[in-house]
Amino acid sequence: MEIIKVRNLVKRYNGLTAVDHISFSVEKGEIFGFLGPNGAGKTTTINILSTLLAPTQGEVYVNNFNVLTQKNQVRKSIGLVFQDPSLDDRLTAEENLYFHARLYHVSHSEYQKKKEEVLRLVELWDRRKDIVKTFSGGMKRRLEIARGLIHHPAVLFLDEPTLGLDPQTRSHLWDYILRLKAEKEMTIFMTTHYMNEADYCDRLIIIDYGKIVGFDTPANLKKAVGGDIIILGSPQPQQLKQELAQKYALAAKEENGTIMVEINNGKTFLPRLFEELQTQVTSVSLREPTLDDVFLHLTGRKIREEEATPLDRMRQHHFRRRR
Amino acid sequence: MEFRMTVEAAGAIWQREFIRYWRDKTRIISTMVQPLMFLAIFGTGLKSSLARGDFGLDFVQFMYPGIIAMSIMSVSFFSTISTVWDREFGFLKEILVAPISRVSITLGKILGAVTIASIQGFLLLVLAPVLKIRLHPLTFPYLLLFMIMVAFSLASLGLLIASLMKTTESFGLVMQLLIFPMFFVSGAFFPLTSVPRWMKWLAAVNPLTYGVDALRQILLFRQTPAEALYQVSLHPVSVDALFLLVFSVVIISLAALAFNKKN
Ligand SMILES: Nc1ncnc2c1ncn2[C@@H]1O[C@H](COP(=O)(O)OP(=O)(O)OP(=O)(O)O)[C@@H](O)[C@H]1O
Ligand SMILES: [Mg+2]
Repeated sequence: MEIIKVRNLVKRYNGLTAVDHISFSVEKGEIFGFLGPNGAGKTTTINILSTLLAPTQGEVYVNNFNVLTQKNQVRKSIGLVFQDPSLDDRLTAEENLYFHARLYHVSHSEYQKKKEEVLRLVELWDRRKDIVKTFSGGMKRRLEIARGLIHHPAVLFLDEPTLGLDPQTRSHLWDYILRLKAEKEMTIFMTTHYMNEADYCDRLIIIDYGKIVGFDTPANLKKAVGGDIIILGSPQPQQLKQELAQKYALAAKEENGTIMVEINNGKTFLPRLFEELQTQVTSVSLREPTLDDVFLHLTGRKIREEEATPLDRMRQHHFRRRR
Repeated sequence: MEFRMTVEAAGAIWQREFIRYWRDKTRIISTMVQPLMFLAIFGTGLKSSLARGDFGLDFVQFMYPGIIAMSIMSVSFFSTISTVWDREFGFLKEILVAPISRVSITLGKILGAVTIASIQGFLLLVLAPVLKIRLHPLTFPYLLLFMIMVAFSLASLGLLIASLMKTTESFGLVMQLLIFPMFFVSGAFFPLTSVPRWMKWLAAVNPLTYGVDALRQILLFRQTPAEALYQVSLHPVSVDALFLLVFSVVIISLAALAFNKKN
């Protein structure tokens, strides 16, 4: 069943096209990813899907409800973890959750049960009575995630959920997200610029400048890159390059004295290569293509893994405006 | 069902406003001290210089209802500022994306401000004995009713302005511009019975005028010569009530519309 349907969605902000004719659908129970660099249009898309922003053009259905004409039904179906902070930092952790539960008409008994479950999940149970102002950035983030789960939505939107979390919490969170999917059939729609997180997704859209540039499972997207990557170290790189070209018709790239080749089925090719190779080789490594390689392959640019500073974002946005 | 949900959501928003108010002790104290300062400075200052003789009323007693109304006004306005803050600090998104009607948001916000303002106003009644005003128990319901109505009309106005403003700064600026004229042209400091026409017109559209007028008549009833009180009063109390009611309904509808349009 398709739980999200998007047809020909466009969003313009006075002249700047943030989302540019995108269409896709999300199946119930899948983890669906939106991957793209800063300013790609991820948050804008989420805001439209969650009724916060009206599209310029296009049709959007969430849980079979139209986001323009059936706002309330859409809102009942979804949970949202915003990219930017959205807690009341003068309330305690618990009060923030309680407020949320009341807005979503969660029954008292259900709330009591859920509260403990989600607060323990994000390891804030002991801090539940503390004012949010006293929390660290990561703790606030965790609380927001807990809050988004209180009313058990059919679709959970996560806008860069793990931004600013330490690796341990991040992997806990992923365990839980995967469990939500498996046990409760919750659909999860998330954005990220962490490649390794995109790997958790069942399907993935790669978005750049508001356009879909890739849409498939992570595995298929990687396949499109052209197989595995073998990196060889050698005292005679030039000779090695020549030999690879002559014997296997492989176009090798040289980088700082190492030789890099892309090849299908690298695992079975390697033993054969070492049997037949004349040139001396001192080191070898084989890796499967990452989503980084996919992004590079599709756009010709590298996606930045690190979090951009506000200044970077500003520069980038200005840059885009001028293009 | 729909109605119950609206009430519950408004209740949640109301409760949050109240918790925030209660946690902010500095704000509570400053809003309590401000009216006292006004009473002490203006009351004693003006009493000893300007307002002597033929007035027929004790000047501090005359001012006291106006001070209560002013306190209600500033608290009502100040409380609606949370709407602007919520927008700036991102919390508004959490409210906006919830499956609740925009009306329940407007109502919750206004009721929160009304509660806080009325409590502050009611607390100021403890000063009555100090000013030698005897409070008859039967006047309490009337006083409370008018405090609530004054708070309602001003909180609605505050929310309307908050819905039109983008930043806390612009909201603060507009409020500054409004508070003082509204206060001075409300009959709190001097009777409006013999002022120039333009001031009469300003006073006539100022909800605070009606609040001060009614509170004064209720508070000073049988405390001062009836003739003198009649001299400084503008309307029968029932007319004051009617104006405040109509004003509130109109402004609250506009506020709900503006809020809806913006979000
Ligand atoms: N309210 C707005 N007014 C004008 N332009 C906007 C507004 N919101 C976003 N934009 C522009 O739309 C584009 C897409 O922004 P969006 O926030 O959707 O990006 P994103 O993919 O979420 O990026 P990030 O990874 O930095 O969060 C950007 O160029 C941004 O400048
Ligand atoms: Mg974003």
